[in-house]
Amino acid sequence: MSEMLHAQNVTKSFTLHTQGSVTIPVFDGVNFSLSAGECIALTGESGSGKSTFMRMLYANYTCSSGSIKVMHDGDWMDITTASPHAILDMRKRTMGYVSQFLRVIPRVPTLEIVAEPLVALGASRPDATDKARDLLTRLRIPERLWQLSPLTFSGGEQQRVNIARGFIADYPVMLLDEPTASLDADNRATVLALIEEAKSRGAAIAGIFHDHETRDAVCTGAFDVTSFKVGAND
Amino acid sequence: MTKMNDPLLRVDNLTMMYGDRVGCKDVSFDLRPGEVLGIVGESGSGKSTLLRSISAQQEPTKGRVEYQTRIDGTRDVYEMSEAQRRLLMRTDWAFVHQNPRDGLRMNVSAGANIGERLMAVGDRHYGNIRNAADTWLGKVEIASERLDDLPSTFSGGMQQRLQIARNLVTSPRLVFMDEPTGGLDVSVQARLLDLLRGLVHDLNLAVIIVTHDLAVARLLSHRLMVMQQGKVIESGLTDQVLDDPQHAYTQLLVSSILQN
Repeated sequence: MSEMLHAQNVTKSFTLHTQGSVTIPVFDGVNFSLSAGECIALTGESGSGKSTFMRMLYANYTCSSGSIKVMHDGDWMDITTASPHAILDMRKRTMGYVSQFLRVIPRVPTLEIVAEPLVALGASRPDATDKARDLLTRLRIPERLWQLSPLTFSGGEQQRVNIARGFIADYPVMLLDEPTASLDADNRATVLALIEEAKSRGAAIAGIFHDHETRDAVCTGAFDVTSFKVGAND
Repeated sequence: MTKMNDPLLRVDNLTMMYGDRVGCKDVSFDLRPGEVLGIVGESGSGKSTLLRSISAQQEPTKGRVEYQTRIDGTRDVYEMSEAQRRLLMRTDWAFVHQNPRDGLRMNVSAGANIGERLMAVGDRHYGNIRNAADTWLGKVEIASERLDDLPSTFSGGMQQRLQIARNLVTSPRLVFMDEPTGGLDVSVQARLLDLLRGLVHDLNLAVIIVTHDLAVARLLSHRLMVMQQGKVIESGLTDQVLDDPQHAYTQLLVSSILQN
């Protein structure tokens, strides 16, 4: 299957200048590959750097060395050296990211927030809104909440808004950071169905899943970040 | 015709000295249509000096500011005639001040404040001007019946929205903003952020926004420049600079935010 994401010999360390310039090494020599139709679980115990690695794949965190290439527009783009414009374009059209945190401008209605990524891709507002309605319905966000800002919602509702927003566009590559963490069984089943649908249309997915059942249900493989932790093989 | 990916503005090695004192030093960047650039840093870091030098309000000691004009192609704004520069500032550029009183005329009506910029570019038809003023009041969420009221009777948040309407009525392509949400209540701030974000998207505006509020920078800007002592010490994708800051000063700024 066609490769969509490729990390090669990636290292990462954090230098904390405000705390005596201590340097914390995180990863050394990570090689990772993700292809269309795959769903790879990033695994490792809490604090092993799963989220850090995922943020690096999204170019939210920098790499200290190595390369991370994403298939964007039929070409490989190295996101460790690409310009901000290029990365924003890559995120808009190629890579979706469902984070654990909802960060939005206060006051903006939920429906608009969910529809936004499709509008940014050039869809008409009515079409994007229709699709947003479908997703919010599937994720059991009551219609009376759609015109309100999600900042007033419960944690689980906010997470579902994040998921709706992340799945509204058919991104070729998707990163999911604990998408089912605080969901009840029905909503978890919906998220699993969304992931299956994305896989079957050929999306390349990397995810962090806190529970085995979810992982076993949707993942085609696993990638243990622990083996690339600095000092792991000492 | 300007191509989508051609920079609208190019700033090259801009330096502003006040005698021996550095205002800003060796700043270079470019900006495309639809792109929002945030400039952050503490008071005295040179943010406002930089903004004034870029926006043709204060000639820099050194360096160039090039702008892709609608008619004449790329021009160095400090090599234009005074008349050309004034026309640019009145039509294609807009400047939103922190204090709306600096950007509004307080002794004429809200409608006249908006209409004035249209008249400055040659519009003479009273009905058209009044209609445009009314439309823009609507866009910034001010009721039509306030059209003939003086801005001094408006709240701070309304004054700021009126200033934005006055600036955007001539369909500028580049907007400079100096702490546009400073001094406003948080509830009013949110409304203004929402409004600005919508206008930037709908009008494909290029924006340079100076702010000391990192949350505002995160929500509005695509790219960020961090300034300290007149120099750009870190720049890049907004979320990368804020979430994985590399420079000691940026780390200090980010770690100083109060969490709620």
